[in-house]
Amino acid sequence: MTSQLNASSRLQKPTRRRKPFTREGRRSNLLTIFMWISAVYFLLPISWLTIASTKDNRDLFSTFGLWFGRENNFFNNVVDVFTVQDGVYVRWALNTFYYAGVSAVGATLLAAMAGYAFARFDFPGDKILFSIILGAIMIPMTALAIPTYLLFSQVGITNTPWAVILPSLVSPFGVLLMRVYAADAIPSSLIEAGRVDGASEARIFWQVGLRLLGPGLVTVLLFNLVATWNNYFLPLIMLRSSELYPLTLGLAQQSAISAAGGGAQALFSTVITGSFISIVPLIVAFLLLQRYWRTGLATGGVKA
Amino acid sequence: MNAQTTSSVKTKNTRPVKVRKTSRVKRRTNLSAYGFVAPFLIIFFLMLFIPLAYSGYISLFIERIVGGINFVGLENYARAIEDPRFHEGLGRTALILLIQVPIMLGLALIFALALDSGYARGSNLLRLLIFMPYAVPSVVSTLMWGYMYGQNFGLVGQLATSIGLPAPDLLSPGVILFSIMNIVTWAFVGYNMIIMYSALKAIPSEVYEAAEIDGASQFRLAWSIKIPALRPALLLTTIFSVIGSFQIFVEPSLLSPLAPSAIGQSFTPNYYAYNLAFVNSELNYAAAIAFSLGVVIMIVSYAVQLSTQRKRVAE
Repeated sequence: MTSQLNASSRLQKPTRRRKPFTREGRRSNLLTIFMWISAVYFLLPISWLTIASTKDNRDLFSTFGLWFGRENNFFNNVVDVFTVQDGVYVRWALNTFYYAGVSAVGATLLAAMAGYAFARFDFPGDKILFSIILGAIMIPMTALAIPTYLLFSQVGITNTPWAVILPSLVSPFGVLLMRVYAADAIPSSLIEAGRVDGASEARIFWQVGLRLLGPGLVTVLLFNLVATWNNYFLPLIMLRSSELYPLTLGLAQQSAISAAGGGAQALFSTVITGSFISIVPLIVAFLLLQRYWRTGLATGGVKA
Repeated sequence: MNAQTTSSVKTKNTRPVKVRKTSRVKRRTNLSAYGFVAPFLIIFFLMLFIPLAYSGYISLFIERIVGGINFVGLENYARAIEDPRFHEGLGRTALILLIQVPIMLGLALIFALALDSGYARGSNLLRLLIFMPYAVPSVVSTLMWGYMYGQNFGLVGQLATSIGLPAPDLLSPGVILFSIMNIVTWAFVGYNMIIMYSALKAIPSEVYEAAEIDGASQFRLAWSIKIPALRPALLLTTIFSVIGSFQIFVEPSLLSPLAPSAIGQSFTPNYYAYNLAFVNSELNYAAAIAFSLGVVIMIVSYAVQLSTQRKRVAE
């Protein structure tokens, strides 16, 4: 039985690294045109935002959205973003980094440990526990946020960073992915070798497991990062004081102010430039870490 | 079977010692396995299980101005079942499930197949461009599209007037649901495409080579090999889309100041639950709505799973 399994996995290995099945010269102009027109739809809002962030309020209202205004006002806008309301934007940005960073690293680590155990250990109750976690993927955040708020207010931790971080540490889907990655990337023989050498289980996990989980870790980390970076509902419910807001909540509040009153109209260009600045870090992270999350997704997508 | 009996015969002599030894080792590895799982499970229990149970518990009570908090059993649920405002939100969600989700997943599938075929020039860049909106927070994408829809300096209006058409009011009551569908589609086509594309990349090349020897066309290839191979990825993306559709909140909540007449308190079920809890202070009823919503999502997700399983059996 085991030899059969080994043989089949040995057969599968080289196929996963197949070369892309394309030959030079086999191109279709029609498809190329169709795809690039579609790409315009996805690029359009971001181009609009980029161009709008170079305009002052007057140009925003009086010039065409997809071309630049009379003068480049980008740097003035950036200065506005960082100085308006005593520079609260910097505060929001730091909060976002803090909440998203701690939540994503924490959630990924918890998921990696659990996924590793589910993939590489046989222990009583593992099947039941894993299917409970799988079922939890379907529990909507909504059903949880309101009772979590009530419970947190009884413990007195609403309106603190913990109120945003603690619920974000649970990632059932992360456990599922990590189990797939661990089963794929960490050979049992290596764990056995570590045990024979007398290494503790924790040490085997840190020194062998985590290292081999590389692309999988980056993938789960990125997706957790996006989830907390982009979260709006949870901070909206949990946080009262604006110096604790993440960027999403702060920008929404600024936009509501500028939409509400003609007097505060000056904020439009600030909100737009602030929004532009806020999407840059995640896009850069995705571009830089492409190689990792694409391998990670390839493994995860197939087996999950 | 045979091997088992021989091995047990073989170890008969040393049995007592050996069993004790393996069980001690086994117990130790079990303990460390629990050690690895425990941190996640503790947080899981505290942040998922307890709030869910608590939500179910408080949904069984009503707070009255006179008489305080009373146990009323399933009365809140009876109210939810008959609540036209809850139905209204669910109706919109149903429209999203029937219109937006198929369009979004269909586009994702077409793009994934097109990129995988290698027939389009600049595939790598295209893939990144289509995926990029996923990294944009829904708050920013809603603000962005909201401004572009708007009458003040909206791009859509500018484009329409430049070719001599009247500027459409995309924030009016009859249209705004479709405007929201557009935002969601824009944001999530790329994410779904990447999941499908990854699954396509995992199809072994021998399969293609065999099909090519048989003279299969690209469309035949897509229909007979690629789409069947995508089934798990399609199931995953469908379930995620169902869950996401029921939870739409950011779009109505940020667009409502721009379109106060078009977006009421109960535009989507999730927005309704939020308004009940934090604007109307009807916490118990809000918990019942949120809990019912969770149940509806579970039922729909399982229905999706079952229907794909039945198809697989039928084949």
